[in-house]
Amino acid sequence: VTAWRNPVSMGRVYTAPAVLIVLLLFLYPLAFAGWMSLHDWPLVGLTQEFIGTENYTSIPDNQLFVKAITYTVVYTVFTTIAVFAVGLALALLAQGQRPGAVFFRSMWFLPYVIGFGAAGLLWWALYNDSVGPFTAILNELGLVSGAADFFGTQFKGTASVIVMVTWKTTGFIMLVLIVALHAIPPEYYEAARIDGATPRQQFRFITVPLLRPTIALLSVISITGSLLAFDQFYIMTRGGPSSSTVTMVFAMYREGFVVFKLGSAAAMAMLLLLALLILNGVQIRILRGTVD
Amino acid sequence: MGGSSRRVLGTATYYLICTVITLAFLFPTFWAVVNSFKPRAEAAASPPSLVPEGLSVENNSRLAEYGDGIWLYLWNTVQLSVMTVVFTVIVSTLAGYGFARYHFRGKQLTFLAVLAILMVPFPTILLPLYLLLNDVGLLNSLVGVALVLTMFQLPFSVFMMRNAFESMPVELEEAALVDGATSFGALRRISLRIVTPSIVTVALFAFIAAWNEFLAPLIFLTDASKYTLPLALVGVRTGQLGQIDYGSLYAGITVAMVPCAALFLGLQRYYLRGLTSGALKG
Repeated sequence: VTAWRNPVSMGRVYTAPAVLIVLLLFLYPLAFAGWMSLHDWPLVGLTQEFIGTENYTSIPDNQLFVKAITYTVVYTVFTTIAVFAVGLALALLAQGQRPGAVFFRSMWFLPYVIGFGAAGLLWWALYNDSVGPFTAILNELGLVSGAADFFGTQFKGTASVIVMVTWKTTGFIMLVLIVALHAIPPEYYEAARIDGATPRQQFRFITVPLLRPTIALLSVISITGSLLAFDQFYIMTRGGPSSSTVTMVFAMYREGFVVFKLGSAAAMAMLLLLALLILNGVQIRILRGTVD
Repeated sequence: MGGSSRRVLGTATYYLICTVITLAFLFPTFWAVVNSFKPRAEAAASPPSLVPEGLSVENNSRLAEYGDGIWLYLWNTVQLSVMTVVFTVIVSTLAGYGFARYHFRGKQLTFLAVLAILMVPFPTILLPLYLLLNDVGLLNSLVGVALVLTMFQLPFSVFMMRNAFESMPVELEEAALVDGATSFGALRRISLRIVTPSIVTVALFAFIAAWNEFLAPLIFLTDASKYTLPLALVGVRTGQLGQIDYGSLYAGITVAMVPCAALFLGLQRYYLRGLTSGALKG
């Protein structure tokens, strides 16, 4: 009972393990990443030399990373469009009360719980020219003769990855949109119908505006995820052909764990953090704006 | 929209479209499962057979012998997932209770610090974590990876548990306290039972995240005998002596997919609850 009378200390006690984890595994490494980015820091080797902002100023000279920035942004734009377009279409199909709608929802969501590792390998096999079904089907239909070479060019590799990512993640977008659609009061649609609005007009003037905050929030999640893409490229395209599908995190991974320049990799990581913070800030501002 | 989509689409068309989409979504998973049970030669045949001509478990038995043995990788994955679940549930339940029931100086700031984890991408703190784990002897250790994954589960889990305790009437606990229970005893006996659904949700998310995690084990586990399934499968894909063993790969992918799919289908209610509350309020 004494503990209850002294809530100050007990609150601290209960939150202590979480605080410890946050301090040791989050805030300390975060500060340390900033510190590392100011050093020449080889992975193997004993000395770390303070070099100020040199790791940052030399980023424009790093061809791999500079190319990766543009590539990741383009990838993010197309992935977000694909995932949203499919997700919205699926949400409109599965949001109703028809028998079976809940079943369809679960089936379309299912790939979301499969990891990028397993999903990437599975689709890599599906895209395989020798044993995969896609090439066989294209050959059968006469659309392609011989190898389809799904990872043969930057365009083909990127499109192949985006199809996999859409399959894997669009169910999440669908589900959250369905929850938001259900939150729209049915009276709005009734009133619109009485006023003679067509289904298309109802969609445009009721559904879309009321979904906007949800879409803004989903776009934060989706865009952040795409900008940090790594697993699917590491597994499916392996960055190729000739490093044309290397993402920012992939470039950072190479700098840190292949080239062993930890300081330079840390500078890239800090830049990535800064970009995401700015982007999330802007998106949250848009989100707030639409709520008001 | 329920009414209008009904008018736009006839019932037959609706079910036709939905069935086609469902088949398309299930096809990759179906393909992996079917091919994992084809005989070795058929699984590697070009062009592939759509309907298996023979059934066999030889892919699975070859997979069992891959590297240090698939059972070891499976066991590693189970260990990592269970540890992550246990750490996450304990830490977030305690913290959720503390945040919901007590006032203390710096509470808001502490809570914000937990949520801030969401804002920082994993790759940003990857390198320092690598050095830190190395310094404390937790590099190449499943415990080390589990701790890192726990940290990334905290924003969602603590938020979830705080809401669960906040929406529970204080009177229930006070009744227990009048009976002379300690604060911790009250938490354990009364509250935990009521917030169990939230704990299931938190555990489920932690399990799936750990089971599927790729980057953290890739960086923090340097010894192949510590590998989890996703990492080991990349090795299976690379193959031995330049020969890719497709049958084993399909079998491995199936083993990696099935637990998460089964957990989702079985505990869907808890999963969707977490998803909507996390996504809409977070």
